[in-house]
Amino acid sequence: MADDKLDAVIVGGGLAGLAAAYCLGEAGRQVLLLERGDEPGSKNVTGGRIYLSPIRPLLPGFFDDAPFERHVVKEALTMVDGRNTTLLSHVQDRWRHPPYMSYTVLRARFDQWFSTRAMEKGAFIVPRRRVDDLLWEDGRVAGVHAGGEEIPAHMVLAADGALSFMAEKAHLRQPLVPSRHAVAVKEVYGLDPGAIEERFGLDPGEGAAHLFMGSVTKGRFGGGFLYTNKESLSLGLVLGMDDLMRGSEEFDVLKQGSEQFDVPSLMEDFESLPEIGRYIKGADLKEYSAHIITEAGAGGLSRLFTDGMLVAGDAAGFALNMGVTVRGMEFAVASGVIAARVIDEALTKNDFSAQFLSLYEKRLRESFVMKDMETFRHTAEVLANPRLFTVYPACISSLLEAVFTIGEDPRKGLYRSAMDATKKHVGVWNAFKDFLSLRKI
Amino acid sequence: MTMKVEEKLTRNAIKNAKESHIRLDQTICRTCVERPCIRLCPGRLYSQSEETGEMVVEFAGCLECGTCKIVCVRKSVSWEYPEGGFGVQYRYG
Ligand SMILES: Cc1cc2nc3c(=O)[nH]c(=O)nc-3n(C[C@H](O)[C@H](O)[C@H](O)COP(=O)(O)OP(=O)(O)OC[C@H]3O[C@@H](n4cnc5c(N)ncnc54)[C@H](O)[C@@H]3O)c2cc1C
Ligand code: SF4
Ligand code: SF4
Repeated sequence: MADDKLDAVIVGGGLAGLAAAYCLGEAGRQVLLLERGDEPGSKNVTGGRIYLSPIRPLLPGFFDDAPFERHVVKEALTMVDGRNTTLLSHVQDRWRHPPYMSYTVLRARFDQWFSTRAMEKGAFIVPRRRVDDLLWEDGRVAGVHAGGEEIPAHMVLAADGALSFMAEKAHLRQPLVPSRHAVAVKEVYGLDPGAIEERFGLDPGEGAAHLFMGSVTKGRFGGGFLYTNKESLSLGLVLGMDDLMRGSEEFDVLKQGSEQFDVPSLMEDFESLPEIGRYIKGADLKEYSAHIITEAGAGGLSRLFTDGMLVAGDAAGFALNMGVTVRGMEFAVASGVIAARVIDEALTKNDFSAQFLSLYEKRLRESFVMKDMETFRHTAEVLANPRLFTVYPACISSLLEAVFTIGEDPRKGLYRSAMDATKKHVGVWNAFKDFLSLRKI
Repeated sequence: MTMKVEEKLTRNAIKNAKESHIRLDQTICRTCVERPCIRLCPGRLYSQSEETGEMVVEFAGCLECGTCKIVCVRKSVSWEYPEGGFGVQYRYG
């Protein structure tokens, strides 16, 4: 019987699963990856931008010919207060030269490429196959059920994304509750590369990451993003579920309480901002997608292993939602690679016990994955402060109004203007407390 | 000027399964006051039928985000992924 078993079955062809399949294939293991979509990538949504520095050392040379979109040289943040906006834009000359720090990416293309690389290493990748359940043997995970078939394996890797049914079935996952999740909507607009470069002020091949905060979320936790791809733009909103579920009365600081705040309307309002209209003018909507994001940082992790099984990527809760930016792809790749190495060692030792597999958690703790999760553990708390998404953008807007407006009255000094704006919108004591809490992140 | 979500959904590639992957327990829905599913579904696929008063979800446009599964804290929503190869197929993602 033992001989009929595969070395490993991977559930899910996202970045975590594909990275693991690649490494196990490379190690000469018999590995099968099952993906429910038409192709790896066809169910996956990201903002998105991937930072390569943390993961390059894990897969040296691997990303050199990856089909990324554009390397990011320009960072912009727009604070929105109703129809008033404040734009901060930053270009680092260093980001213009290889090795590039980060790239924009479209997952359908990227994941398919990743999957081809993994197959070249000998991994079996089967799309259009949903895993329905885990296969148990003597109280330990011993494979999966898919499409009415039993697939026995020494090891199972759950890399099935943020909703992870596999981690749930193995009683490893934290319950899915609104306070730990955000919902994101995203639109892809086709646009000629020349127009993209002109509108964003970029040289050919260069990319921009533009984030939006403030009243785009009507005061709720979250923010907007606009990324440049080769021939398209990715535009979207990330919205904390908990805040969305509450009635609009609680967010009437902006006096917008009576407006509609269902998710599709928030997206429509976002698109109708002149600051967005200028970029997407004449562009053609190609796709409308949505996905959830796990946002509780290190506090929201699932248990990472049990007898015969490991959990990686979003399935394990390895994602950081910092309101305006989300990080998860590097964690997915890194946890997939680390999981594969531990599975490889377990196969060598023929030991699939939870005790041996605890090595996986140990390795993750030594890596940037758990270290970053820990560092940003407080982010969720700090960012939950509604002032960050309501009054601060309004405060900055009034301050700049005071600085740049010349009216009939004599001008106040800058310090007076700043204090007036702070007092009016935040209260000095609150501002001081917020300053203290920001030092935590 | 902006496009409504109903039209946005027509841009997606979707292979529809015959059966819905989302089932609701109407006895629970009847007791639900806030109905967060209606506001939070990014596809605006949830609505209350004017004739029967029952909750309806148009699963054919589903983006498979799972939001309704999470925000329905009364647990009326039974939600699973569509069978392999069915449902939305993102060409960009
Ligand atoms: C709008 C948005 C913006 C984001 N922006 C960024 C960003 O800019 N930078 C960043 O780093 N991260 C970003 N993230 C987070 C990032 O996308 C995720 O952390 C990352 O995709 C996780 O990868 P994964 O492999 O763990 O899971 P996924 O990519 O979700 O892959 C899971 C795979 O498993 C498959 N699957 C699930 N269940 C089964 C089953 N039962 N049988 C077979 N297959 C199954 C799915 O079809 C899917 O292919 C963003 C996320 C969203 C939603
Ligand atoms: S939130 Fe749940 S219980 Fe309430 S109406 Fe929607 S599906 Fe029914
Ligand atoms: S999974 Fe998402 S898109 Fe589908 S019905 Fe639920 S909330 Fe709507």
